Amino acid sequence: MSDKTETVARLSVFKTYKLYVGGKFPRSESGRVYEVSDQKDKWLANAPLASRKDARDAVVAARKAFGAWSGATAYNRGQILYRVAEMLEGRREQFVREVAEAEGLSKSKAAAQVDAAIDRWVWYAGWTDKIAQVVGGGNPVAGPFFNLSSPEPTGVVAVLAPQESSFLGLVSVIAPVIATGNTAIVIASEKSPLPALSLGEVLATSDLPGGVVNVLSGRTAEIAAPLAAHQDVNAIDLTGADETLATELEVAAADNLKRVLRPQPVDNAGWSADPGTGRMTAFLETKTVWHPTGSLGASGSAY
Amino acid sequence: MASASASAFEYAPAPESRSVVDIAPSYGLFIDGEFTEAADGKVFKTVSPSTEEVLSEVAQAGAEDVERAVKAARKAFASWSALPGSERAKYLFRIARIIQERSRELAVLETLDNGKPIKETRDADLPLVAAHFFYYAGWADKLGHAGYGANPRPLGVAGQVIPWNFPLLMLAWKIAPALATGNTVVLKPAETTPLSALFFADICRQAGLPKGVVNILPGYGDAGAALVAHPDVNKVAFTGSTAVGKEIARTVAGTHKKVTLELGGKGANIVFDDAPIDQAVEGIVNGIFFNQGQVCCAGSRLLVQESIEEELLDSLKRRLSTLRLGDPLDKNTDIGAINSAEQLARITSLVDAGQAEGAERWSPACELPSSGYWFAPTLFTQVTQAHRIARDEIFGPVLSVLTFRTPDEAVAKANNTPYGLSAGIWTEKGSRILAVANKLRAGVIWSNTFNKFDPTSPFGGYKESGFGREGGRHGLEAYLDV
Repeated sequence: MSDKTETVARLSVFKTYKLYVGGKFPRSESGRVYEVSDQKDKWLANAPLASRKDARDAVVAARKAFGAWSGATAYNRGQILYRVAEMLEGRREQFVREVAEAEGLSKSKAAAQVDAAIDRWVWYAGWTDKIAQVVGGGNPVAGPFFNLSSPEPTGVVAVLAPQESSFLGLVSVIAPVIATGNTAIVIASEKSPLPALSLGEVLATSDLPGGVVNVLSGRTAEIAAPLAAHQDVNAIDLTGADETLATELEVAAADNLKRVLRPQPVDNAGWSADPGTGRMTAFLETKTVWHPTGSLGASGSAY
Repeated sequence: MASASASAFEYAPAPESRSVVDIAPSYGLFIDGEFTEAADGKVFKTVSPSTEEVLSEVAQAGAEDVERAVKAARKAFASWSALPGSERAKYLFRIARIIQERSRELAVLETLDNGKPIKETRDADLPLVAAHFFYYAGWADKLGHAGYGANPRPLGVAGQVIPWNFPLLMLAWKIAPALATGNTVVLKPAETTPLSALFFADICRQAGLPKGVVNILPGYGDAGAALVAHPDVNKVAFTGSTAVGKEIARTVAGTHKKVTLELGGKGANIVFDDAPIDQAVEGIVNGIFFNQGQVCCAGSRLLVQESIEEELLDSLKRRLSTLRLGDPLDKNTDIGAINSAEQLARITSLVDAGQAEGAERWSPACELPSSGYWFAPTLFTQVTQAHRIARDEIFGPVLSVLTFRTPDEAVAKANNTPYGLSAGIWTEKGSRILAVANKLRAGVIWSNTFNKFDPTSPFGGYKESGFGREGGRHGLEAYLDV
């Protein structure tokens, strides 16, 4: 009898995939889920089908987190981003499996994607305390004034993650947004949301304050519409939108003059090229501060 | 208030001579290096806002003219963008020098067409215009060093729409970086101030600029809309109202056009209790009464710390009583005319709303000329954040005074607006300046000064004040394929 039980394979524990909002893991308030399958239509999981209300809740969480995150030192943000890479490294096998299933890749090709994604976190971690020196600086105005231009984060950024590259593409659009101090609401790839939802679990254990990144899964068009029209969202990255949706969202975004990053052509190697600074500068504002320098003449300082 | 007998300072009139400028009775559109009539033959009159005298009759561009101008600019783009940067630079240096040579003529012209005091056109507008061309001239052969890659490329044809408050300066902000980077231009000046742009066309001719590189289309909003929507325009640059800016953002949605928008503002000028009062008063006056307050970055909300409110307002009122309003061509004039009857009506209606909503209105004794468009310097106290005069951009010589107790409250009130263009901070405490500047959501922060501009200094807003920067190295990005 005991022999017989030993031959029965252990039943694995499935994971309930959940949204990641404000540092917590809620189900969709709508109670809806949708089936996520691999490339061969094999069922993988039920993912939350986020609603407009979930999107609005995510905006509240992202706004709440913005003050502290944008006010953190660049060094501190860099360490936290690096910590994300450390946590990802530890969960590497899980992400390789999820990416392989999501994108129909061989194990080695999926591993290459995950490795590149981890390396990209490290790359952006190093940018946090350098971007201000690269894009800001003093301006030699023709008068007795000190004049300094510095980049500042735009604010709350809605990010439509790429539909195809479920993990490397995802990381490539999230990391530059938060490296500079913005907070993000990320809409995961509609067809392949599981790596994004798992990334939320990594972020939650990486010292990243709750609300800095919020991950929603569901129908991209349904979630993106209220975000593009939301008056407390400052910018939108349309990477994951098709042409028609991108145009609709850009029109809606004009209502409060959101900064819009239109879908960019992706390199042939699928997000593996050097990303440059463009995805950071798209969500930066330049602030220029003037102050009189005065003078040390006999008459003393003068404004 | 030249005629106010109460004034301690009486000045004899000191008018600048208008004979230095020769305004023709009519002007055409400037397309492909030639002045030409509008396709449908339409014209409009441009008047001097201080006298309502008709200055000239100007061809009014329509959609067909936009088509012609864009075609000319497209044709010119091939050879202009192929020129070595060092050659483009020399054209821009020539333009800068000719503007310096003709600056007295242009200052008088601008004052006539716009209504602003000659003191300002002579000492602010024109020097900045020449400096802007001189600055961007030098970039034309150094673009590979600007931080946008080794060989950044121009975009193509730039469609530019500019406002009436700084007609020639806004033209310079648009055209100088566009040409330096190798783009060609179709520019529409505002319908109330077309003349300086048409004189600029003549400067292009004198400089030998290849035809079609700069095209000037005087006209109304319909011409601007046609230009922005034109499928062969690669870059749109607009300075003007937030409402039109949003419409432009909708128009270009789904296209590949690059856009910069420099829109409205409701700048907070924050005065702390340790501020040097006399300097702060000068800064407040400069912040809201420069150019009759018709400035997008005006310090139109004065936030004063409660403990010094009375002292500051007494000083401010005393200072306002010495401002001289009148003939813009008089070299003593501080406050000129409002640019148009429409703008005057807008200012009047918002000021009426301020009174109706319960704020307290004050103006110095001030006699307004009998013809032209005029508005006395006006100050509102007892203003709350809910009042329209604290929320809407008035774009006139009207200051709303609010108070605060703590720096946190000052920052919260300053940021309580959909705009984010400018702000001022007055305090002797350096660390407070930096702390407050850090928290203000605005693109330009003047500390212990206000309304300073320089071609090397990037200018532009946060939030609904628009996006993109004009001026400095940053200003190149808007015209490069990066």
